[in-house]
Amino acid sequence: MEKRKNGLKNQTSAVPFLLPSFKGLIIFSLLPIVISFFLSLTDWNGIDSLNLNVFLKDHFIGFQNYVKILTGGEFFRVLGNTLYFIVLYIPLMLIFSLLIAWLMNKNYKGVSLFRILTYIPVLSSWIAASLIWKWVLAPKFGIANNMLSIFGISGPAWLQSEQWAMPSIVLVSVWKDTGFFGLILLSGLQGIDKTYYEAAAIDGANSWQQFWKITLPLLSPSIFFVLIISLINSFQLFPQVMIMTDGGPNGATQVMVERIYKYGFKYYEMGYASAFSWLLFVIIFALTNLQMKMQKNWVHYGA
Amino acid sequence: MLPFLWMISTSFKSRGALMTLPIEWIPKNPTFDAYIKVFTRFPFARAIGNSFFIAVSYTVLTILSSSMAAFAFAKIKFPFADGLFKVYLASMMIPVQVTLIPLFVIMNKLGLINTYTSVISPSLFRVFAIFLLVQTIKSIPDDYLDAAKIDGAGLFTTYRQVVMPLCIPTIATLCITTFMDSWNDYLWPLVMLTDRNYMTLPIALSTLNGQYATEYNVLMAGSLISMIPIIVVYIFAQKSFKGSLVSGGIKG
Repeated sequence: MEKRKNGLKNQTSAVPFLLPSFKGLIIFSLLPIVISFFLSLTDWNGIDSLNLNVFLKDHFIGFQNYVKILTGGEFFRVLGNTLYFIVLYIPLMLIFSLLIAWLMNKNYKGVSLFRILTYIPVLSSWIAASLIWKWVLAPKFGIANNMLSIFGISGPAWLQSEQWAMPSIVLVSVWKDTGFFGLILLSGLQGIDKTYYEAAAIDGANSWQQFWKITLPLLSPSIFFVLIISLINSFQLFPQVMIMTDGGPNGATQVMVERIYKYGFKYYEMGYASAFSWLLFVIIFALTNLQMKMQKNWVHYGA
Repeated sequence: MLPFLWMISTSFKSRGALMTLPIEWIPKNPTFDAYIKVFTRFPFARAIGNSFFIAVSYTVLTILSSSMAAFAFAKIKFPFADGLFKVYLASMMIPVQVTLIPLFVIMNKLGLINTYTSVISPSLFRVFAIFLLVQTIKSIPDDYLDAAKIDGAGLFTTYRQVVMPLCIPTIATLCITTFMDSWNDYLWPLVMLTDRNYMTLPIALSTLNGQYATEYNVLMAGSLISMIPIIVVYIFAQKSFKGSLVSGGIKG
């Protein structure tokens, strides 16, 4: 009898099983990506007829959209806003998620309640979270400034202030994401073999040394994962901005997805918006690849 | 945690009580005003229904489509299987925002804007669910499938009666994460649904935010209502949930 390695051998019977997802692949991934690139080479406004004969003659403009985006100031200003967000968001988020993971990893009464509480922001939608924070940060009647005033600090106008709008967006994002990333780090922490700590303790390492020499290196795969996901998410920042500031004040919180949405669905510059979205794609693609490479160099996979 | 309590407290305040200093942590005159307003000024009950219908359908379709594809990739030998699987995985790198405009054009051409179909149909292709299920199904010993074959079971019977029952833990995990993703999703329904009668809760809330931007009691009442179902699901399913969010956290 012929020995089969694995699986049921059947040339055509896979087709019905693959059909639904394959249709999905074509309709929701491959076809749109092609159309998107094509539209990015046009100045289509989203309304004019898509009849190909007329369309190419009237609307095809080659790489002009890209030239316009890359030579205009807006793209780099928006990119700057995003980088500002990242610089504030990622360190804060990492510190808090490590803290939460560490607190959840202990055994004490009420730890499961603590888990539910840290999880409520994760479970809520971005819209609900953003609405809550918009109210918390309301200049006069919000709790943020009222609590600051207890300490004699008169708080800024947060979302209405050019200077404080982006930090406010960072605040809600950290609040919302920390529970989720904390959970990922927690599962990393739980995977570390306890005997390392016992050995270190015998050698006289204090808990600070243990953290730097054992926990951090062995946690690095989880931290790295959190870093990739949060970096990619940062470039896709959107609902918070839409609800809390709508890109303002004075463009201080305009970010890439917000621009793509506005150009596409508010200003009806679908071609321009498509080109913008391709630049976002390139950034995310590059980030993913760069980090895959870096991963080999500094991530320590525990034995 | 404080912001959350602040939300609950605010939702029971009257409009006037919003603007009192010092702020009232516990409303002096609690009222249901905000809750009544959210339902009378907006088809909010309908939005709740829409959200439930869409999230449930989305989840069911995701599970069906993904498990079928995963079964094919894991257990059926067919030409170009590896190549196709790589294409599936690679498509995860494409951000939704890139496909948004073309998909709007396509859905518009098909007349599907403001229909449930447009919001639910992307569930057919959830790569992360497929990936997770391939892992699970690969771990099922081939002997089970051979035994089913000897008993005369066709592929569909094998899939339904042998493979699916063995995937139940993974499927339970996926159900919860998919439901939550769909329930809380914003960008896609925002573009697809503009008619108040079809809006899901996040879109309804963002519309309310545009119209009653200063009536925080109404906005907080709406937000609280939108969060309750997910929190209830979480508390009941906490055990399986803990693992599930870690493994299912990446959006497909």
